[in-house]
Amino acid sequence: MLLKRLTEASGVSGNEKEVRDIIIDEIRDHVDDVKVDRLGNVIAFKKGKNNHKKLMVTAHMDEVGLMVTDIDNMGLLKFTTVGGIDKRILVSKQVLVGKNKIFGVIGAKPIHLQKREEWQKALNIDQLYIDIGVNTKEEAEKLVSIGDYVLFHGQYIEFGENLVKAKALDNRVGCSLLVELLKEIEDTSFYGVFTVMEEIGLVGAGPAAYSVDPDISIILEGTLCYDIPKLDKHLIPTYLNMGPAISLVDRTTLYNMDFRNKIVKIARKNNLPYQYRKTSMGGNDSGKILTTKEGSITATLSVPCRNIHSPTSVMSKNDYNNTYKLLKAILTEYKKGEL
Amino acid sequence: MDTKEFLKLLSNGSSVSGHESRLNDEIISTFKTYADNIWIDKLGNIIILKRGTNDQSNFKIMVAAHMDEIGLMVKYIEDNGFLRFTNIGGIDPRTILGQEVIVHGNKDLFGVIGSKPPHLQEPSEINKAIKIEDMIIDIGYPKKEVEKHVSIGDPITIKRNFTSLQGNKVMGKSLDDKAGIAAMYECIKELSKINHEADIYFVSTVQEEVGMRGAFTSTYKINPDIGIAIDVGFGSTPELPKGDTIDMGKGPGITIGGNIHPGLRGKIVAVAKDYNIPFQFEVTPGPTGTDGRAMQITREGIPTLCLSIPLRYMHTSVEVIDMMDLKNTAKLLAFFMASISSENLEGLLCY
Repeated sequence: MLLKRLTEASGVSGNEKEVRDIIIDEIRDHVDDVKVDRLGNVIAFKKGKNNHKKLMVTAHMDEVGLMVTDIDNMGLLKFTTVGGIDKRILVSKQVLVGKNKIFGVIGAKPIHLQKREEWQKALNIDQLYIDIGVNTKEEAEKLVSIGDYVLFHGQYIEFGENLVKAKALDNRVGCSLLVELLKEIEDTSFYGVFTVMEEIGLVGAGPAAYSVDPDISIILEGTLCYDIPKLDKHLIPTYLNMGPAISLVDRTTLYNMDFRNKIVKIARKNNLPYQYRKTSMGGNDSGKILTTKEGSITATLSVPCRNIHSPTSVMSKNDYNNTYKLLKAILTEYKKGEL
Repeated sequence: MDTKEFLKLLSNGSSVSGHESRLNDEIISTFKTYADNIWIDKLGNIIILKRGTNDQSNFKIMVAAHMDEIGLMVKYIEDNGFLRFTNIGGIDPRTILGQEVIVHGNKDLFGVIGSKPPHLQEPSEINKAIKIEDMIIDIGYPKKEVEKHVSIGDPITIKRNFTSLQGNKVMGKSLDDKAGIAAMYECIKELSKINHEADIYFVSTVQEEVGMRGAFTSTYKINPDIGIAIDVGFGSTPELPKGDTIDMGKGPGITIGGNIHPGLRGKIVAVAKDYNIPFQFEVTPGPTGTDGRAMQITREGIPTLCLSIPLRYMHTSVEVIDMMDLKNTAKLLAFFMASISSENLEGLLCY
């Protein structure tokens, strides 16, 4: 299954090769052109009959993770974060280090040896390290180098009512939607772009948009979902199982109202559920695409993901399917020249 | 069965204090080959008897390792189906955020412990640990469906797959003290190859993590001449004071302190030296936090020893041990027990 393969692949920002290879392998026979640019973005083009406006659909390939910064005398690995990670979710987890995916754990001081006030404080990154089981620095250096990427270890698991738990749902969910779209849609011209290094500052999107130079862009994302009970409703950014989230505003973009309203209309016309993304926090590739060259109009469609940026992200297959349906409906209107 | 395979089975299995019987079948069927008799007492302790060479009036040695593990328990079901929970045994709340769990309802249900996205957090929040009462477990069903399978009080374990690390190290959840159970198994295998006079009672004790309750009752019933607890000790890591820890890969920790009978300790050190088995000392002046504490003060008092397998990251779900330490613990224990005879016992216990 594509989403399983994509989420279990290694693709910490700057090291997207595994993900890129899966994507190219999947789409190669279904697109008219596919190239990898100088930054590692995948730019695919699908040729159809319409040619009024240039549409680009994007999804970033990278995920948050860690990077080895030092190896101590006991062979324990110090690390830093790559992308936005809550340091508190790192404790007591399994990770995979480097190209050879050496298995390691991030442990913590035994509770028995702590003072009571210690547990009330979050552990800082500099208090944590990765243990791969070696006893000395020399043994570790045979297996690991400074600068090695570190990946959360997490399997794709389906559970509950149509839910999926996986690492890197942000944004393999977007990659999976875009791959399916490129494979299924016929007779409609559009660019499918898979970007690198979104999580460390929207690095790939600008250059990709520069070379594609789109009129309109749709950014596909996994977005934050925090639908816990007893939270004021207006504080809940998105709900699970309530359909694709359409962005209003985030730290990088004030989304174009006309384009957004057209998308809402299309959702209504097709009887598809949708919700607004009700937070201004976070941001995505839209921020760069919006302002590249003469600029382009953007919209973001997201699949809500609980526990985003953690190894235990959760999404609903219903939301995934409804996002895909809405995306297809948008492309149908686009083909008719209605966007 | 290979001892590492057995340890994997135990580590991946679930036996939260008070719910240990889920492991009974695995433990009994594995020990059966080497045991003369196995029974379960009123509290749920599994007692595995291996008889000594002289059937008449054998003295008794009891070896205890606890089969229970720390865990979580369902406390409340929210309107949207999320579970609220509390802890059983000593859990650092910081180690359970973002974990995969198994809720042991009328069937096993997969779930995750939820966390707030970093994007939504105030800068001040990020330095505070999240309390257990502010976490939720998401098992992915609406309340109605949850209630069909989950009841208040159901135990929950972290889902963790026992895995080999580099060298002889392995990692898994609840190696505290399933490594001890596996060491008893390795020991009974060793004993099948050598003569021992004592009747040896291997006890998989229950409820150690909540107050050594199984050790109290099983020691009372067995009334051994010598009691030995096999538990885990703090493996050294950079942030821990050297004096509080034992090193990985350097053999079992032999505890020194008030909980330990000095004559027996002297003997076990001598045996380790005779057989060239590596060992280290672990200093605990007062009562140990092990079944050895319960043994020592049962009935009129029982002369007690404690052996510790070095273990890193105790009470997290990524506990690490070195399999060589486990094997050396078992070997030392076997040779020590074989060295005790009805002739030397009294002398060893004399003050």
